[in-house]
This record gives sequence, structure tokens and C-alpha cells, in this order.
Amino acid sequence: MQYNFFEVMRPGIYSTFQDIGFKNTQHLGVTTSGVMDPFLFFIANSLVGNDLNLPMIEFAFQGPKLKLIKGKAKFSIAGNVEFIIIKKNNIINGISNRSYYLSEGDIIDIIRTIDSNYGYLTVEGGFVLEGNFNSFSTLTYSSIGPNQGKKIIKKQSINFFKNGSRINKEFKYGLTKKMNKIRVIQGPQMNFFMLKTINKFFKNQYIINKSSNRIGIRINGSQIFALNSHNIDSEPVVKGSIQIPGSGDPIVLMNDHPTIGGYPKIATVILNDLPLLAQFPIGTNFQFGLISLKDAENIFKESWVKFKKKLLEIKTI
Amino acid sequence: MLKKITQINECALILDFGSIVSIDVNKYINNFANIVYDEINNKNNRFQIINCVPSYNKILIQFNPLLNNKNKIISYLNNINLEKKNTIKINSDILEIPICYSLIFSLDLENISKKLSLSKDEIINLHLNTDFHVYMNGFMPGLPFMGDLDSRLFLERKLTPRTSLQKGSVGIVNKFCVIYPNTSPGGWNIIGRTPLNLFNKNISEPCLINSDKKIKFKKISLKEFNEIEKNLNAV
Repeated sequence: MQYNFFEVMRPGIYSTFQDIGFKNTQHLGVTTSGVMDPFLFFIANSLVGNDLNLPMIEFAFQGPKLKLIKGKAKFSIAGNVEFIIIKKNNIINGISNRSYYLSEGDIIDIIRTIDSNYGYLTVEGGFVLEGNFNSFSTLTYSSIGPNQGKKIIKKQSINFFKNGSRINKEFKYGLTKKMNKIRVIQGPQMNFFMLKTINKFFKNQYIINKSSNRIGIRINGSQIFALNSHNIDSEPVVKGSIQIPGSGDPIVLMNDHPTIGGYPKIATVILNDLPLLAQFPIGTNFQFGLISLKDAENIFKESWVKFKKKLLEIKTI
Repeated sequence: MLKKITQINECALILDFGSIVSIDVNKYINNFANIVYDEINNKNNRFQIINCVPSYNKILIQFNPLLNNKNKIISYLNNINLEKKNTIKINSDILEIPICYSLIFSLDLENISKKLSLSKDEIINLHLNTDFHVYMNGFMPGLPFMGDLDSRLFLERKLTPRTSLQKGSVGIVNKFCVIYPNTSPGGWNIIGRTPLNLFNKNISEPCLINSDKKIKFKKISLKEFNEIEKNLNAV
């Protein structure tokens, strides 16, 4: 059987297939991976009526340009994304967080993410992929995951299962107001730092460095130094951990982080704020704010309940 | 031996087995982790644990915070009794890892020889005479942390890490020895290279070197290295 498919006219800067990530692989050295912004991921799937965890394309900064060669497709793009749809006779300026119907020969051109880094693209019924370890996330540096574990490249085809239906839906995303505070809880080695240093960490502004990526977000601002040693016995780490290497510039570990780390960790970004931090464009100024673990737990659960309600408000256009 | 369980964020616990890094403590930890893997791989998977990650002297447990079963998981972990279950495994399988110490691979051997006041052959023999315990896999897929080296080989990390090490590079720091399964930046002192592939994502035991095995290195020539590598690539 021949699948429906797109041809990649331009792959974009960093376009990979991702789902919610790997489970039970971290002891093999295979990290969590998965989508940087799960909220947008769920929205994109909901818009085309997919199961919430179906894998899709995550793109960064500039997305792919795809031509539909075979079949009919219903697609959705989630995020704050500038894109156009090129049809035989006209060009449509795309609106994010809704679905569209494509006929053979139509082109989606994802120009850029606006005031953010990551956006998401999927089709009704999902893509045809082969994953590893019961997941369809991609770890490019270890060549694990769909697409031979690689980024999407020019001229390759992207297969999908289903002819899309014509009914379109939209999600009134109501862009969350600009927050410039990222909330954290105490890190496992906060006691490696003097109170004076900890205060400095919370009082001063940090700025997102351009070498940030899916592995870690590098930030500059107040340099932080541990009191005695900037090394610990290597131990397993989680995403959101803010580690302080000898250089003094903090690194927030993100989805593709190494599974084990040997630097002291001053704080951990709360789960709810991780996608927010992931979306801060290079050069964004922000501050860390300390909250309790109990509050972090409540924030996560409450925001999840709220978000699920919002998903139900997705309406037919 | 489990000293303390600390919750480090909304979805993760660190099990602390004390500050000592030793083969004995680590064997205990790996046995402990094996019990948790059994629980995870059990059809019921009562607690829906997402990750169990052993390291030198700690274990990370990740769970789904939306299931509200954190206390049940903590109580389960606190009640794991290794003695009763009699699961202490003896590492009896010895896996030989071919290593080539040729100067084109052993980037730091010359240097180390001066630093440690040992001849290159002495360093190589100390390395070859060690039965290695595998503490953990981590950092990148399939990278084993092994020990313990002879104390005459103890070295610090390199001040400036190399930006790119070749796949198969064997490095030492303190009492530990690692092998890089893939091209990677790294700050370890490189003494040789193995032609073997350390990680295979398509098989049920993806890590060639894991804590169920004892490891010994076997010296090979550059010619043998090239032959093995060629044969592996042909598969």
C-alpha cells in the first residue's frame, strides 16, 4: 500500500518528530527527550481529533515547507507561528491553533515562530513512523527515534495514514500574558552555595544565551560559584535542573539532557514553567522566583485540570 | 543501606545510599534497582513508575504526578528488602573488551606516563589487569562507568575537555574508566580505543556493557582493531 505523503521542499532549522518522550530508558543512558512544549503538542493533536499522544513534527525558529504530493490532508499548527498555505490559485495567511484542509499540490510554508522558539505541526490520523523504545521521540545526537533518528531533511517524503476530513476546528489560545518570572524549587545541592550567592541568584536578571538548545538552556547574568567544589559524584538528573558548572554560568537542563551529571544543582524549574522557559527567545531577560515543592505540585495539577478544560472548548469553525 | 528518600521535584525522588562510592555499595544499588525494574516490567506495573536510574550511590525514581500515588511509591521503596528476597547477584560473567592502545588512539598516554611517572607499558598492564565492575550506564546511551582502577592510575579530569572524541575511546579519571559509545565531547584522559559497538537500540539489552557483567580489557593490535571494525561494519 502506498501512503499519503508530503515532500519536504525545505526542512527548516531543527525539525524532528517528537511525542511525549521516552519512559524507562534513562538507566540505559537514553534521556527523556520528547516535545519541549507539551501544551502546544496536545493542542495540535486535539485540533485534528487525534489521540493526545500521537507523534508530530516539532520545529524551531523556522519550520518546514511541505508540498502535499499524494492524498488529502487535514493539518494543524500550534504555537505562535507565521505560515502561509499556497493553493493553486491563491495564498492564504495561516492562523495558528486551528486546522486546515489541503488538496494534492498544496504547500504549507512555515516561515517562523513569533516571540517564541517552538511550534508544532500534525495531520489528522498522524504520520507513519518507526520509533524506538515504545516512543516516537527523536534524539538526533544518538540517532534514536523515527526518521533514522535524524532531523527532517530536504526532499525526503513524510508519510501519513489518513485522508483528512473537511471540518475544521480552532482553539482560542489566548496567548498567556508575558511572564518574566520562572518559578523554581530548591535544588538537590542548594546547600553548596552561600546564602549571599543564593540571594544574588534570585535578585538578579538572567538573559537567554544563543547556544541554548533541546539539551540545555544556557543563561548569562550573575555568575554563581559553589562554596567549595563545583563537582559532585555524578548522579541522575531531571529536566529543569539548574546546574552550576565551574564557569559560573548556569545551565537549565532540558529534554535531551545527559542522564547523569556531576555539577551541583542550585534549583529546579517547576514542571509548569518549563515550556514557558523553553519558549523564551534568545536575549529574553527574566528572573527566577523560589516557591515550595508543595506549591509546585499544586500549580502543576491545577494548571493541568484547567488546560484539559480548555481543550474541550475547541470548536468547529 | 537506603538512608533517605528525598523528593526533588513534582515527579522525582532521589534514593540516597550514603556518601561512599564503592563497588559494594553500588552492587547493592544495582540489585535494588533490579527489583524496581521487575516491578515496572510486571504486567500490573502497580505504580506506573516512569524511570528507575541507578548511579554510584543514588537511585532516581520518576513517577507521574497526576496519579497521586507518591506516598504509595515511597512506602513501596522503603519496604524493599534485599536480604529477604535473596537477589544479590554475583557478577560472574566476564566480558572481554578488545582495546587498542596504539598511539593514534591513546591521545593522553604519553602525557599520563610523565604525570604518573609510569612507563606506557606499566600503565597498559595496570589497566589490563583490572577486573572492572560496571557502576552504571549513563550520560549518553550505552556509556558504562567502570571501576576500580589501580590507585597508581588515578588522574584528574583534563582541564579543557576535548570538543570531539572518537566513538570507542576509552578514558580514565580517578578510579573510574569509561568508553564513549559515540562521538562526543569529553574531559577524560584517553588511553585507547575499542572497535566494538556499545549500544544497539534494536535489541532487548541495548547496552553491551551493563552492571550484570564483569569487564576485562584485552589488548589488540592496530591491525586486529581494523579487522574487527571492518567486520562489524559489514554486518
